[in-house]
Amino acid sequence: MVDTSNLGTSPDEVQFRFRDDEPVDHGTVTVDACCDQTNAAAVRIEPGDDARLLLPFLDRLALVEVNFPSFGDGRGYSAARILREAGYTGELRAVGQVLIDQLSHMRRCGFDSFAPDKRLDEDDAARAFATWDNVYQRAADRRATIADKRHEA
Amino acid sequence: MYRYDSYDQAMVDARVEEFRDQARRRLEGKLTEDQFKPLRLMNGLYLQLHAYMLRVAIPYGTLNARQMEALADIAEKYDRGYGHFTTRQNIQYNWIKLEDAADILADLAKVEMHAIQTSGNCIRNISADHFAGAAADEVVDPRPYAELMRQWSSFHPEFTYLPRKFKIAVIGSETDRAAMRLHDIGIRIVKRDGEIGAQFYAGGGMGRTPMIAPLIRDFVPLDQLITYAEACLRVYNRYGRRDNKYKARIKILVHELGAAEYTRQVEEEFAHMLSVGVEPPLEELARIATHFADPPFVSSKVETPFEQRLSTMLEANGGQGSAFGRWVRRNTHAHKAPGYVSAVISLKPAGGIPGDATADQMRVVAKLARDYSFDELRVMHTQNLLLPHVAIADLPTLWQALDAAGLGSPNMDTIEDIIACPGLDYCSLANARSIPLAQRISERFAASGRTEVVGELKLKISGCINACGHHHAGHIGILGVDKKGKENFQLSLGGSEAEDVSLAKITGPGFDEDGVVAAVEKVTDVYLATRAEGERFLDTYRRIGMEPFKEALYG
Repeated sequence: MVDTSNLGTSPDEVQFRFRDDEPVDHGTVTVDACCDQTNAAAVRIEPGDDARLLLPFLDRLALVEVNFPSFGDGRGYSAARILREAGYTGELRAVGQVLIDQLSHMRRCGFDSFAPDKRLDEDDAARAFATWDNVYQRAADRRATIADKRHEA
Repeated sequence: MYRYDSYDQAMVDARVEEFRDQARRRLEGKLTEDQFKPLRLMNGLYLQLHAYMLRVAIPYGTLNARQMEALADIAEKYDRGYGHFTTRQNIQYNWIKLEDAADILADLAKVEMHAIQTSGNCIRNISADHFAGAAADEVVDPRPYAELMRQWSSFHPEFTYLPRKFKIAVIGSETDRAAMRLHDIGIRIVKRDGEIGAQFYAGGGMGRTPMIAPLIRDFVPLDQLITYAEACLRVYNRYGRRDNKYKARIKILVHELGAAEYTRQVEEEFAHMLSVGVEPPLEELARIATHFADPPFVSSKVETPFEQRLSTMLEANGGQGSAFGRWVRRNTHAHKAPGYVSAVISLKPAGGIPGDATADQMRVVAKLARDYSFDELRVMHTQNLLLPHVAIADLPTLWQALDAAGLGSPNMDTIEDIIACPGLDYCSLANARSIPLAQRISERFAASGRTEVVGELKLKISGCINACGHHHAGHIGILGVDKKGKENFQLSLGGSEAEDVSLAKITGPGFDEDGVVAAVEKVTDVYLATRAEGERFLDTYRRIGMEPFKEALYG
């Protein structure tokens, strides 16, 4: 049995959070473990995990961490959107190699908290979150797109 | 052609500022080179052997005179006075300083241009049929769909860290002039019972494992086009291989899963995404399409057939055999509007560097576009330029101006019209030099007068197995390899990037540079001795097979 008690980030490690509720303050379990046990409220998705395995359990989940062991591996962006598209409203936390220049895209994919393994410069991050006044695509953030604005009555 | 509104302009402006900030953080040491690399790549900055290369996007190969002049200015101000047009209808500058990059991007933004996603593991600049909106055989103009996809793919939040680069081409004719099925996704816009939709091919590509894309859906309705593309990308982003860079393109995923299983997964994702609602409003496509309305063609009152009109003009200007006549026969293409042709501007002078143009040449071409082609220009995937809408009556003056600028070579689709990658002269991946070889071959065939005799023969040269020079798709392909520290060239025959798409086969052992030049001549000997009436080189090869060529080369 793998000891998963240390898995996951603590609230202290969260540098940016766009939610008002209290963060979950216990560790996360793996996707496999989450599917097996009935009471897990926090889960951690690794790049190779299928986020859709979690869909039957979304109601009981309060925290989903998506790990980016390497910033160049973009599977976590799809995982995040899939969860939001399925109606997940709990905390969606990007952890690992989370860098300044990924923040705005991660936000668009539905991440609402960020626990980078190296703390980011606050000013640079603020600028990054505000990079795009407008967006071309519909995504998990539900922002009205440029095309929507062009054609609103 | 498409013009930015305030939203499009704000997006490229924001991108310039974002990049300026990224470059600053790199200089301040806040970003490591590893972290900065994907960011600069997604802004077109690629490190070559001697300097940075900047690849500027020319969406679906379309630009106007003012934009071409801006490209000329950049060549002079920041580079060595020339630029290189590429097989994906972009332009590359080979001698760029990192510290100038943000200023160049700002100069581009002033003329509604950018270098967004011209490199990196993201959706690249969308390419299209260079004769779009002009060709007589066109079913549907693909440009509005390509522009819709340009906007959708720009800064896509989910697809910025794909397993590998992702290239999309869109065409709207039965004839394929964009190597559509050798793209990660190839789209043909079709008309069925009056309804317009999109045929999707997925998993094509060249590189070290060339694949022809299989058809994955025969008809995607127009109001689901983006949704379907998004489903294709999501399946790839989730399941494309990331363990090995050389197996990370979508072609490997489609091949390993099988086209049927990949399609099944896409359809499942597609059904889901339809319920989510990611498609832009259909009115957006209509808005974009208004930008691609026909220019005000002047049609004469008498309906003279195209061929007859062209012949009459030729007879009045020195006849078919004159230099002008040869150029018209070779370099013009039938237009949908009576009285017009599309005119190819060859960037393949005999002995020249394929695809290179000087700043002065770019300015000449820009002026000609204003004077003779409704202010429109195209970049062709064959590394040439194109005036899409030229009145037949203007051809003599146009040709004189082109000829005077060294741009009048009558060699479209001939053996002189070589596609070549930058090769070892510029590229750190290359094993061999492509450019000098292209120069020698075109010079030799031009000097002997054989070009004309041989007719259509597409020769493509890559300096390494990454196949940027499309050698797999050449009627004759040449691949440069490293053989015990020496440049060696493998010859292959029978490829095609067109609607009769096929992959070339290797003839046998490779040659040194002199040897491969002689070998190309030998295979054209076989062709000339064996060809049946009306057969191109490729047709003869397909009829007689590899053996006679092997015999001539190695027998």
